[in-house]
Amino acid sequence: MTAGQAPGAAGLYRTVALIRGFEQRAVQLVRDGVIRGGIHPCTGQEAVAAGTCAALRPDDVITSTHRGHGHVLAKGAEPARMMAELAGRTTGLNQGRGGSMHAADFAAGVLGADAIVGAAVPIAAGAAWAMRQAGSDRVALAYFGDGAVSQGVVLESFNLAALWRVPVVLVCENNGFATSMRPADTMAGTVLARAAAFGIPAATVDGMDPQAVLDATAQAVERARWGGGPTLLECVTYRFDAHHTWEHTARPRYRTAEEVAAGTARDPLEIQGARIPAATREAVDAEVAALLDEAVRFALDSPHPDPATALDHLYASGLRARAGAL
Amino acid sequence: MPKLSYLKALNRAIGDEMERDPAVCVLGEDIGVAVTYATAGLLRRFGPDRVLDTPISEQAFTSFATGAAMAGMRPLIEFQIPALLFLVFEQIANQAHKFSLMTGGQTRIPVTYLLPGSGSRDSWAGQHSDHPYSLFAHVGVKTAVPATAADAYGLLVTAIRDDDPVVVFAPSGALGLREDVDLGGLAPVPLGSSRIHRAGSDVTVVAVGHLVQDALAVAEELAGSVSVEVFDPRSLYPFDWAGLAASLDRTGRLVVVDDSNRSCGIGAEIVATAAEEMRLVAPPRRVTRPDGAVLPFARDLDLACQPTRSQLRAAVEKSVGAG
Repeated sequence: MTAGQAPGAAGLYRTVALIRGFEQRAVQLVRDGVIRGGIHPCTGQEAVAAGTCAALRPDDVITSTHRGHGHVLAKGAEPARMMAELAGRTTGLNQGRGGSMHAADFAAGVLGADAIVGAAVPIAAGAAWAMRQAGSDRVALAYFGDGAVSQGVVLESFNLAALWRVPVVLVCENNGFATSMRPADTMAGTVLARAAAFGIPAATVDGMDPQAVLDATAQAVERARWGGGPTLLECVTYRFDAHHTWEHTARPRYRTAEEVAAGTARDPLEIQGARIPAATREAVDAEVAALLDEAVRFALDSPHPDPATALDHLYASGLRARAGAL
Repeated sequence: MPKLSYLKALNRAIGDEMERDPAVCVLGEDIGVAVTYATAGLLRRFGPDRVLDTPISEQAFTSFATGAAMAGMRPLIEFQIPALLFLVFEQIANQAHKFSLMTGGQTRIPVTYLLPGSGSRDSWAGQHSDHPYSLFAHVGVKTAVPATAADAYGLLVTAIRDDDPVVVFAPSGALGLREDVDLGGLAPVPLGSSRIHRAGSDVTVVAVGHLVQDALAVAEELAGSVSVEVFDPRSLYPFDWAGLAASLDRTGRLVVVDDSNRSCGIGAEIVATAAEEMRLVAPPRRVTRPDGAVLPFARDLDLACQPTRSQLRAAVEKSVGAG
């Protein structure tokens, strides 16, 4: 997709459906023991990934979070190689070296998911600055959660980005929970007020509506491209599934069934699905299901890496580390 | 031949690399006015787009450099205080260092972290006197500790050109050094290449950074009775193990003088590797800071926590006596 050619309603629906279906299959593969280490499913939050990435060009870049499958897929990574990465196979995006929490696809502009909360925000800002230094109008977009806005390095990065008018879009996915903690219990003030403190334009967006997210992001991207500096978007969404699949067995109690029912009542899949003809929706569903079934098959059929290569890529310069036993 | 000071060598290395490669940029606090001197004149020569005076936000600008590196830049960050490395250990050890492996080789993070003034500066007290090079060797971040002006130039140039993160510690105790050099002969020094400052046949003294000068002084003091070889690893990670093995093949005795805290300092690794793999005719010895040292303010207390020439001399004599 190029600038000015945002996807139609069906395109947005397809991205939401792709992420939803991917997560359903990934959760099953965790249960089957194919994906080790579990995942942080983004089910319910698909509109944020779909809407934001629809406003970006292929040569723009993103940084993602531990709950990053949606971002990576929406930016254009191949679902099969993403699934293979989760399964730790050589055909994965990172050759099985990163997994769910570190999936990266530099060719698609995914500078990597980062598993330390908020840690990628300065990385996105630095990449954005460097792209501008190189004379391009490319922008970077950083995803982070409601928990991250109380990380010092994130607030430092807001300051740097605003001070140097860095072309970065700051996307806060407020899904209602920092693991088990609610924003009301962890956040003094608000997300928007943090942006205001640094003079960063900010808005709250309906994070369950892909079109609303796309519209808001398009404005923020435009501002970044012409040199207007960062914008913060607080996308209010809801995490339908667990913080981590570990919860499926441990079952910590931090929200009631009634709350979950209320939170899941607005579903981005249904919101966007209602905007397209039923026949179109069926056709997209069928295409996505076939693609994802093939992605699972590809992952399962792909080879496991050779243990002798465990520390390949440790150094870009090719330096080899000493072995741990003689 | 002209005299080159250690600080001028650092300054020249940065300037030469910025001249050679437009991707090289510098970030840090007060670098425009060059409070450490390492960045003197760079703002005027290269402008504010490549010489960025930062807010006091070490964690953010350290990872900002990581992101810039991903997008093709080759940043150098100056930290005025060695203890700031504790503040940004997350950003170096857990972010910059890990991206090459975690991404399966999709990216590289060519960032240099320069510490012009590491270790004690005489009474700068608890939070300005650390020398945490062993921490970086432990996590596998490339780590250099130049002992001389020419090596400061050569190792810093190499660090800037390296495709991985590299920490360059310029010890306070070496910053005042000046040496006669042929400026045209200054050249990159590869990581993992040691330097024998003085050849000897009885005992190898491995000296890190500014302690090379102490080792040379002790070797001279003992010259009538003991033949001391002074071995400067120059980089601690990678380490020139083959060079050390060759030295120990000649001497068979090892003393390490290392400005780290004793437990898990690089001296411990050098002694362990030599004991496992190399020829030793006497027990290896270390002279280090005490375990867990926090350098106290008062000058005599500060000095009491650092390796001394008399400690080194005693260790060498014990080593020779035991053989």
